Amino acid sequence: MAETITLGKALNHGLRRSLESDPKVVIMGEDVGKLGGVFRITDGLQKDFGEDRVIDTPLAESGIVGTAIGLAIRGYRPVCEIQFDGFVFPAYNQIVAQVAKMFYRSLGNVRLPIVIRIPFGGGIGAVEHHSESPEALFAHVPGLKVVTCANPADAYTMIRQAVASDDPIVFFEPKRRYWEKGEVDLDADLDQAFPLHAARVVKPGTDATILAYGPMVRTSLDAAIAAAEDGRNLEVIDLRSLSPLDMATVYASVRRTGRAIVVHEAPGNLGLGSELAARITEECFYSLEAPVLRVTGYDIPYPAARVEEEYLPDLDRVLDAVDRSFGW
Amino acid sequence: MANGESEVGADAPAGGFVQLLTPDGERVDSVTTADGMTYSVDFTDDEYKELYRDLVTVRRLDAEATALQRQGELGIWASLLGQEAAQVGSGRALRKQDMAFPTYREHGVLYTRGIDPIMPFGLFRGVDQGGWDPNEFKFNTYTIVIGSQTLHATGYAMGITMDGKIGNADGEAVIAYFGDGATSQGDVNEAFVWSGVFNAPIVFFCQNNQYAISEPLERQTRIPLYRRAAGYGFPGIRIDGNDVLASYAVTRAALDQARNGQGPSLIEAYTYRMGAHTSSDDPTRYRIASEVESWKAKDPIARMKSFLTKQQIADDTFFGEVDETAKTLALDLRERVLAMPDPQPVTMFDNVYPHGSPEVDAQRAEFERYHATFEGSAN
Ligand SMILES: Cc1ncc(C[n+]2csc(CCOP(=O)(O)OP(=O)(O)O)c2C)c(N)n1
Ligand SMILES: [Mg+2]
Repeated sequence: MAETITLGKALNHGLRRSLESDPKVVIMGEDVGKLGGVFRITDGLQKDFGEDRVIDTPLAESGIVGTAIGLAIRGYRPVCEIQFDGFVFPAYNQIVAQVAKMFYRSLGNVRLPIVIRIPFGGGIGAVEHHSESPEALFAHVPGLKVVTCANPADAYTMIRQAVASDDPIVFFEPKRRYWEKGEVDLDADLDQAFPLHAARVVKPGTDATILAYGPMVRTSLDAAIAAAEDGRNLEVIDLRSLSPLDMATVYASVRRTGRAIVVHEAPGNLGLGSELAARITEECFYSLEAPVLRVTGYDIPYPAARVEEEYLPDLDRVLDAVDRSFGW
Repeated sequence: MANGESEVGADAPAGGFVQLLTPDGERVDSVTTADGMTYSVDFTDDEYKELYRDLVTVRRLDAEATALQRQGELGIWASLLGQEAAQVGSGRALRKQDMAFPTYREHGVLYTRGIDPIMPFGLFRGVDQGGWDPNEFKFNTYTIVIGSQTLHATGYAMGITMDGKIGNADGEAVIAYFGDGATSQGDVNEAFVWSGVFNAPIVFFCQNNQYAISEPLERQTRIPLYRRAAGYGFPGIRIDGNDVLASYAVTRAALDQARNGQGPSLIEAYTYRMGAHTSSDDPTRYRIASEVESWKAKDPIARMKSFLTKQQIADDTFFGEVDETAKTLALDLRERVLAMPDPQPVTMFDNVYPHGSPEVDAQRAEFERYHATFEGSAN
């Protein structure tokens, strides 16, 4: 049954399906119970699955992730909600020093099938710590997988795949896209689903490849429409998985188009774009018509809401990069 | 002053709290706790009246901010409604040389420090990230990441000791504000450990407003919060957080002990968040109206008013004048908030590093070049 729902609602449905299909799945976080989370992603789940499976935790992120580790050792599959990107850092120690390394340390004996959900990115007019994009800080850590969805259909499938995976996964949710609608097949089976760690060409094109993820996929698609008016046919790839990266899809595209532009909100310095540019240069050097370009946030703390529009990559900045690529 | 388990007002939670002014406006002369500490206040009529004025003013300013947010002039607002007494009492208890570390809700404390109430509006309007000079105002920047500031406050207090600025009545002390939810954070518990180990001159002032967004107190603790202090080796005491006199008396005593070299203490101000967590929140999803109603009967301002009336310290002329003056202040605040200019976008590159950075400079230059191309095309 296909329904048109928001990205937030799709996550809610996906979490519900996960809770239904495996009694070991538990959701834990601040305000996830009665309130349904500050973004209502867990709305109604505590009412239907009980306080033991949808757990309002004490206000302590290190505690949320640290106890999730213990629950996982005990056979549970915790889905942790971090309320906002900027509040994950009390848990960073547990994530980097424990979650990421447990499988390796235990000689493969201990799996931690933990999902850490983090609403990320800006554009919602918020105060400090509510608009950040810390994905590279996690993608850099061996032992963690990092994914992000960009549309309702992927949100529904990817959250279920993440919960079903035995890898620890940091799941970034593009918070400013929570309210965007799209068609979702709620009956879709996971067996048939597009693989979690594969990138997807969301708009085929021939002239340049735009590599984006999360909130910037929409921006890049809009830019592709605008570019078409100038007679440029852009290909847009939604990376979806930030670690591991699905480079095969990226290389195939860049070898065809000869141009690559990476778009993300996070600061450019050592962001995902740095890694993508390096790998594309190594693998596609002779196909490139121009250097890999990056359109990113600046290397400054996330600024005040009233100037965030100037901070965030937008359609114009993507098109500007396209021009620069073609002007090479 | 361990555990404050002596005085049980009619409306006190199990274990009691220090109360010097009942919800009906009756003065309790003094309160002596189990360990022999006696709390009282010795205010002149004018001082009582000024406390009342503070309470009314901070509530009125807060109401104006709530209205501004609803009208789209602020991105968000964290209301102090219901917590006026806890904030005004403790804020007025600070001596000039004392330093305060607020959360994001301490607009009332800020006001008592003599700071222009417009100061935090840059943050809530989204024109800056909450910038001011903490040392100028003896009032740190607002802290949003829950609990972080308790460690900053502890470090600052350690610095006071290192500077030899304790041990007498002129000594300095620090007050760290935080909520009931914050007590679960590792940072807060580490702050307790550090301040205990280093005998830091600090007062931990916890406004237990019964909720951390939607989560009731039971999600954070099994014992009353003030009793946590015992485990860290310093005194903990609970006060009626809706009683401005208790808040003043107990905070003053705790700060003076700290400045005299007797180390840290924890005050739990038992109060209630009458409004939403912030303007983004919908409390009807997690708490019932009757609970809110029952706290209305304990209103901090109503009890002060009834005390002043019964004692014939003040009359309707005074109350009317206070309301009018508060309103004038609020309308002035409104005008000035509306007049706050949006920042120039390029200023986002300011203040990243004290010594600057060639990379940031290059990005700023590129930013200006890029935006200039738009101005050009507009012509
Ligand atoms: C580390 C961290 N996690 C989560 C949040 C989101 N958050 C903001 S306020 C709040 C509740 C705070 O409750 P409490 O400490 O009782 O203070 P109150 O807001 O009630 O004054 C939460 C969870 C945050 N700001 N920081
Ligand atoms: Mg609280």
